[in-house]
Amino acid sequence: MEANKNYILGVYSDDDILIKAVKMIRAHNVQIHEVFSPYPLHGIDDVLGIKRSRLPKAAFAFGVLGFIFAVFLQFWTMGVDWPMIIGGKNYTSIPPFIPIMFELTVLLSALGMVGTFFIASDLKPYKKPKIFDPRITDDKLVIAIDIADNSLSKEDLNSLIKETGAEEVNDKIFE
Amino acid sequence: MEVVSTIRDPLITGGKTVGDVTDDICVRVEAKPPKTWMLAMAISLSALVVGLYAVTITLWDGIGSWGLNKTVGWAWDITNFVWWVGIGHAGTLISAILLLFRQKWRMAINRAAEAMTIFAVICAAMFPMFHMGRLWLGFYWSMPLPNTWGSLWVNFNSPLLWDVFAISTYFIVSLVFWYIGLVPDFATIRDRAENRISKAFYGTLSFGWTGGAKDWSRYESVSLILAGLATPLVLSVHTIVSFDFATSVIPGWHTTIFPPYFVSGAIFSGFAMVLTLMLVTRKVYHLEDYITIKHVEYMNIVIILTGSIVGVAYLTEFFMAWYSRVPAEQYAFINRATGPYAWAYWIMMTANVVSPQLFWFKKIRTSLWATFILSIVVNIGMWFERFVIIVTSLHRDFLPSSWAMFYPTFYDVGVYLFSFGFFFTSFFLFAKFFPIVNMAEIKSIIRSSTVSEKAIK
Repeated sequence: MEANKNYILGVYSDDDILIKAVKMIRAHNVQIHEVFSPYPLHGIDDVLGIKRSRLPKAAFAFGVLGFIFAVFLQFWTMGVDWPMIIGGKNYTSIPPFIPIMFELTVLLSALGMVGTFFIASDLKPYKKPKIFDPRITDDKLVIAIDIADNSLSKEDLNSLIKETGAEEVNDKIFE
Repeated sequence: MEVVSTIRDPLITGGKTVGDVTDDICVRVEAKPPKTWMLAMAISLSALVVGLYAVTITLWDGIGSWGLNKTVGWAWDITNFVWWVGIGHAGTLISAILLLFRQKWRMAINRAAEAMTIFAVICAAMFPMFHMGRLWLGFYWSMPLPNTWGSLWVNFNSPLLWDVFAISTYFIVSLVFWYIGLVPDFATIRDRAENRISKAFYGTLSFGWTGGAKDWSRYESVSLILAGLATPLVLSVHTIVSFDFATSVIPGWHTTIFPPYFVSGAIFSGFAMVLTLMLVTRKVYHLEDYITIKHVEYMNIVIILTGSIVGVAYLTEFFMAWYSRVPAEQYAFINRATGPYAWAYWIMMTANVVSPQLFWFKKIRTSLWATFILSIVVNIGMWFERFVIIVTSLHRDFLPSSWAMFYPTFYDVGVYLFSFGFFFTSFFLFAKFFPIVNMAEIKSIIRSSTVSEKAIK
């Protein structure tokens, strides 16, 4: 069994104040566990040091896979496995195979990328999320700091968060 | 030098805050549905039941119950198919192409429009399946699986098979796109839910989303890439649908103008259907602050544009038939405009070419009643467009001895009614149980929008 996890939460409602707060907290060498928001915050990635997602690369790789699959499927079935003369034309040719090449590229690219996203972010139907504050999906922006991650004492962290302009400073313990 | 652009009209009115957005949208999921919703649901369920009778007879007795004959082998089924696929074009266009163009007004309507897309595509897919006579075989006969009697495969040279791939890819990608957008909103409902059942239901649907910064960063890149993938996909679907006709050698179908002509017609009818549904939803759900007159006006502008492209396409077709000097081609078009189906042709011309031009008047395009009526007129016109293209090209074929007319039977009408019943029932269920406006996206623009609103006042 894991030990209790103690977090300090700074609650904000303005994106600009939040972003400044994140900067200030990081300037004090304090580790931020996570920042929660009900909508995507622009400019937070750089401030938090989040690297650009590699999902576009995953999408490209799956797209290539889909394309290769479509090429193989059509040329192999129509040209090798069971060649048939249809309308007196060649067994295989590129133009009539293009629509399905395109569709399978898009299909595999989209499904592969979204699947990767769900795995990377650990999103799944039976997941029991850790909800730090029920308002994070409503109208509040929350900075969560794990006390165990930092050398500063709880009181120091509390006062630091207060200084950054937080509306509330709360404790959250997960058992 | 500093250039200050004129301030745009606010997209969200009424001085809404982030919290208000949650309340306004979630209340529709949490509260008991209004009486008007109950009434609408009752009507669409009755249509579904009556339609189900026609579908059952069609499947039991075969498609001989329809009005088809040996000359007109394709009529209402394919007309309805193309019509529904066309309607299914607006949702993904709004969410994908307008996202790439950074058109923020799409945010209030994209959720409902995408839902509509998904239901419309299901309605469309019904018709080829019913036409196959044996519905259950449709699921695997069209798949590239080796045939039971050997290793004979599906024919990849056939536009009908391209259609199978195009429609199913479009359906799956639209569904995924729609669902990704819903995940954060389901989490919002989950965190507000008071009873255990809805907490568990929306908790499952929300995939455990909490809105961490890293997740949002990934989420945004997924949305952008999906939009990038869906953009050519939207354009490809109706292009491939048009190949069903354009790659044939039937006069009236065998034209290269079909792909762009069909795509613009699809967007035209799709936006009209979005307007029809959203104007009603806006009224019943009191969403006037989110779907403003400005939104309606923007959509009407898209209708003028695509409607005009469709008009130009009609005239081009006529011109090309004359210019080609192919007598069969010329006859096909003369027959459309003056033959026994001339009434259908002129309904199409009036509804699709003349009626959208009324939106050039600002008074008309900002009037809700005028928009509502015209949006229905446009969809009637678009149904007739497909009917005219399909039936008038077939009914007087190469041998005058086999010329025939097509008359729909009760079962033709009933199967069409079934698709309506399905579409509206699904849409009303969606409007009750799912957040009808994308809350997370609206919240992300609420600050910039309210600031500009203040500046105007």
